[in-house]
Amino acid sequence: MSSENRQILTTDGIPLEVSLKKAEKKNKIRAFLLVAPLLLFIIITYVFPIGDMLMRSVDDKMVTEMLPKTYKSMEKWDGKELPPEEVFKAFYIDFQKLIEEEREGKLSTQLNYTKNGFKSIIKKLRRKSKSFEEGNYKEQIMAVHRRWADVEYWRAIKRRAPAYTYQKYLKGMDMYENEKGDIVNVAEDRRIHRILWLRTLEIAFFVTVFCFLMAYPIAHLLATLPMKYSNLLMICVLLPFWTSLLVRTASWMILLQQQGIVNDFFVTIGLVTDDNRVEMMYNKTGSYVAMTQILLPFMVLPLYSVMKTISPSLMRAGKSLGGTPFVAFWKVYFPLTIPGIGAGCLLVFILAIGYYITPALVGGASGTLISNQIAFHMKSTLDWSFASAMGLMLLSGVLVIYWLYNKLVGIDNIKLG
Amino acid sequence: MALPKYTEPHYRIWHYIYLTICAAVFFFLIAPLFVIFPLSFNAEEFLVFSDGMKRLDPDAFSLRWYQDMIYGTKNPWGLAAKNSFIIAIFATIGSVLLGTVAALGLSSRHMPYKGLIMAVLISPMIVPLIISGVAIFFFMAKVGLAATHTGIVLAHIILGTPFVVITVTATLSGFDHSVTRAAASLGSNPVNTFMKITLPLILPGVISGGLFAFVTSFDEVVVVLFLAGLENTTIPVQMWTGLREQLSPTILAVATCLIILSTLILVTAELLRRRSERLRGINR
Repeated sequence: MSSENRQILTTDGIPLEVSLKKAEKKNKIRAFLLVAPLLLFIIITYVFPIGDMLMRSVDDKMVTEMLPKTYKSMEKWDGKELPPEEVFKAFYIDFQKLIEEEREGKLSTQLNYTKNGFKSIIKKLRRKSKSFEEGNYKEQIMAVHRRWADVEYWRAIKRRAPAYTYQKYLKGMDMYENEKGDIVNVAEDRRIHRILWLRTLEIAFFVTVFCFLMAYPIAHLLATLPMKYSNLLMICVLLPFWTSLLVRTASWMILLQQQGIVNDFFVTIGLVTDDNRVEMMYNKTGSYVAMTQILLPFMVLPLYSVMKTISPSLMRAGKSLGGTPFVAFWKVYFPLTIPGIGAGCLLVFILAIGYYITPALVGGASGTLISNQIAFHMKSTLDWSFASAMGLMLLSGVLVIYWLYNKLVGIDNIKLG
Repeated sequence: MALPKYTEPHYRIWHYIYLTICAAVFFFLIAPLFVIFPLSFNAEEFLVFSDGMKRLDPDAFSLRWYQDMIYGTKNPWGLAAKNSFIIAIFATIGSVLLGTVAALGLSSRHMPYKGLIMAVLISPMIVPLIISGVAIFFFMAKVGLAATHTGIVLAHIILGTPFVVITVTATLSGFDHSVTRAAASLGSNPVNTFMKITLPLILPGVISGGLFAFVTSFDEVVVVLFLAGLENTTIPVQMWTGLREQLSPTILAVATCLIILSTLILVTAELLRRRSERLRGINR
């Protein structure tokens, strides 16, 4: 059977298979080179910085580098009683160096994160240490303030020795590592973050549900009306979609304020009395109402694009086979719209869970979300590593939903406009 | 949507309930935007309809807030508008260039790891803005671009490209590749083929992607809040500050202008979408 083994050659005398493979490879490289600029840009300016956030969230080198001698001398200290003189001496030397470099303020901020009360005693130590005499630093430092003679504070310093830490993640879950190294919950009245996480999930969930309940009928109407009417109504969906988020938030602030139109309306129809107007802004209600309206188009559009593909004859067939309109809808139409429901709900949930601007403006204290807390730590407390840790906790949740979305809908099936 | 004559009464009632619900939802969607419009012509300083306005008294209306927006002495809107437009235009150009080229590669059937790369390229659209803001701020601070126009433009290119990639790949999915092969067989080089054959055909997709990128940049406030100094303030940042401190009617004048702008963009986007659907042979 020699003909089977004979290779087909191109005009250049190269086997066709080799030649084809070569062409394939060339096409592959060409396609990749087209994507490469954007991919590199995104990786350098976006993916790496997110990795940088991860580093920052676990990085704890600052204190380790500020007190090198102290930590070296602390290695032998078991932490049961006050550290020996050599630790105090090493701490004094490190501390003098920090004063020279004017970095002792940073040290006090950092140590204060670990244990409250460091700020004032470090300030006091700085003042008093100028007149320290050589030798017996233990006595002199302990004389500055009684907290310096408290072993708890020295243990707190020792806890900051490792260069990496997961404390910020624990803090984000309202937990901390106590003196014995056990992970415990913070006191009940100080658990602010867990409330925020739950509230974020709660608001995102209910906003998704409200959006679904409101979007389903109008998407159905848009998909079944004749083109000339549906185009007009579509503008009602698309105009808010294209309008600035801040403009829409501003309009809700006007509507929901105490002297606002909604309250005026309630007074007019006698639902409330004039001096007893409902507070709808600066609380959860504000967040719910504004976020639902703002995210509604993101639910309508995927639902509409799925419903548009469902042939009306299916419903007619269902009815002609003896189903009532409700049965036909529930057994035929609704199951066909599930891909659209999945896409819309995941999209709205992802967007709602990371919402920042609207809750900050209309949410008040009880309507803010985890994003607001992240912004607060970025801008006000400047605890960037904690902000990074919280951001990454939120991100990991979003990525799970993103992955689900990709599995269920396919990322290249996102419909815009 | 007329009901057939044989419809039973209780389904008829259901149908009207359904239409009422739809009308209510449409009202909920669109009505808030129309509140801003009349209030921006308010002659008084309060953000409520005065008695004069309810009586349609001409004296109750005025253009003073528009005058304040344009000529006001301490008003930052001029600088903010200038910055917003400069940043949005450059961000749009960058997003369109990078995004279109990448979409061409992604639409090729030879592209390796298509799903993974697509997921990375789209991620800036999915990741919450606050996280993007923090990450981009760290990067820009490191390379010394924080509080510069360049930094904000680069940030907005990151946020804008996903929209361009999505719209252009969608347009390319209906693209008949035999026309480029025909051009190649007639002796055209790839660049020439792209400029003369491919680009004119995918242009609607490119432009609507560009519109998305423009609006994203023009509207974006979270990342700019992290990156901007006093010099780089934009319209959304000014609105944000204004809304946090005190709701002044001048903001409503600005908001009205923004609604007009978004209407124009909506009309353009709709016309383009229809043209592109016609070209792709999708007739409904």
